[in-house]
Amino acid sequence: MSLLVDPCCCKTTLTSSRFFGIPTSAMSMRAVFAKNKTRGLGFGLRQVRAMQTVTLPDLDYDFSALEPTINGEIMQIHHQKHHRAYVTNYNKALEQLEEAIGKGDSSKVVGLQGAIKFNGGGHVNHSIFWKNLAPKKDGGGEAPHQSLGWAIDTSFGSLDNLMKKINADGAALQGSGWVWLAYDKELKNLKVETTPNQDPLITKGQNLVPLLGIDVWEHAYYLQYQNMRPDYLKNIWDVINWKYASQVYKKESA
Amino acid sequence: MHGAVIASLSPSTSSSSSSLYPALIPFSGCISLTRQCKTHKVTRRRRAASITAQIELKPPPYSLNSLEPHMSSQTLEYHWGRHHKNHVEGLNRQIVGTELDAVSLEDIITVSYNRGNPLPAFNNASQIWNHDFFWNSMKPDGGGHPSGVLLELIERDFGSYESMLKEFKHAALNQFGSGWVWLAYKANKLDVGNAVNPFPSEKDNKLVVAKTPNAINPLVWDYSPILAIDLWEHAYCLDHENRREEYISIFMEKLVSWDVVSSRLEIAMERAAERAREKDTKEENEHTQGDDEGEEMYLDSENEDSEAE
Repeated sequence: MSLLVDPCCCKTTLTSSRFFGIPTSAMSMRAVFAKNKTRGLGFGLRQVRAMQTVTLPDLDYDFSALEPTINGEIMQIHHQKHHRAYVTNYNKALEQLEEAIGKGDSSKVVGLQGAIKFNGGGHVNHSIFWKNLAPKKDGGGEAPHQSLGWAIDTSFGSLDNLMKKINADGAALQGSGWVWLAYDKELKNLKVETTPNQDPLITKGQNLVPLLGIDVWEHAYYLQYQNMRPDYLKNIWDVINWKYASQVYKKESA
Repeated sequence: MHGAVIASLSPSTSSSSSSLYPALIPFSGCISLTRQCKTHKVTRRRRAASITAQIELKPPPYSLNSLEPHMSSQTLEYHWGRHHKNHVEGLNRQIVGTELDAVSLEDIITVSYNRGNPLPAFNNASQIWNHDFFWNSMKPDGGGHPSGVLLELIERDFGSYESMLKEFKHAALNQFGSGWVWLAYKANKLDVGNAVNPFPSEKDNKLVVAKTPNAINPLVWDYSPILAIDLWEHAYCLDHENRREEYISIFMEKLVSWDVVSSRLEIAMERAAERAREKDTKEENEHTQGDDEGEEMYLDSENEDSEAE
């Protein structure tokens, strides 16, 4: 069996597998939570990769490509420092978790949950955020059409209304967090949600899929907008990549 | 300079007179008591300023460029000149014409905390207090080490200054998101009425390190903060990007005004001693006035062994 961590939703799944025809469910728990390299133990029996670590995804555009909406300095620090730190610390927490599970140290396992949620959430959220942005030349700012466009009109009356709601909720969020356009897979509708700190959208409901997330942590805008978060929110629509949101919506609502 | 200016949230001080927030009768009673018993309160509390109609934007006790190179003047210009100022202007707009208009900042904080479901004025009020406290926690050419009674208590309650520092930094690095970390003197009742006390009574009359999210501060737990560091990103991102640990180290090594921390501790201990005296006096009065039933209860609690015999 192997333990996979889906970076997009932080879901961990145990999958069964066979190696050389030997069902790996027969392996010991210790083997399941082996180090993040497959180890050769000789022919016939081999530990399968368990705790999958994450990597910093590349941006689809240059750091300065979103100017003047978000300047290059912010994008560089945001991606190279903040997101990279979440990746590093998440991987470190996963290693510690693996070790704690292997030792049967339940206190430590529970104690690590804060760091996992924070850093893992930070990685999940930012991975989505980079996809939610695009330079104008690549469609950034172009309004959504077809199914997502209709769904927005149905749920909010108009795209303008949606933007106003997101701006209001994002500005009102106290401290750090995110504002989301979410698709509820069960109710089959769209809604605006906020999450505090680095909590991913799924913490607000297992059925919620993030279509669009806007980072309202100060590091996302401070160097350029200082304390004027409302201005950042007003301007960011110029570089929102509705094509990505539409793709996700089509897939999830099919 | 802020001392341990904290409203007492003892349920015994509540009254049913003039209710500001019907849902918060114990606390509106507290405000009424403050007005009625002002002279009594003054002997127990030291206020930085008398009650005024409008909350002021107080400048730090040093010029905005004098913490360089450890904290840039640009950071202070934005942090004090925009963030702190916005909180003051925001709160004044929220309280004008309401009963909170003539109430001390500390009372606004403790009332509006509302057991963790803060009312609209809480965020601004608490952040004003927090920032005033923060500016006064620093000084040009600060840092170094604590001394005197402060150092004695740090060594008593943490083992050593280095241990306290380690715990302080650990709390700061594990405050995920915006917030504050505090060194505080805890001398209060376990049930503080308006909030869930995070530390048990074993920590009474001791120094504790506490972290709080967003705008919350230890006043809501009836603690006496003596030192604080602001962990909102705006406090350090211009100077340190995302390197929060570096910011914390520089704050402790180069900026903290240990003199101010010491004098806050002195006030906090004096307040605790005064409370203890008041409690003794009250118990003594109850004992001498008590009826038979009251005396029986008193004796029972003192002589449980005799019951078992």
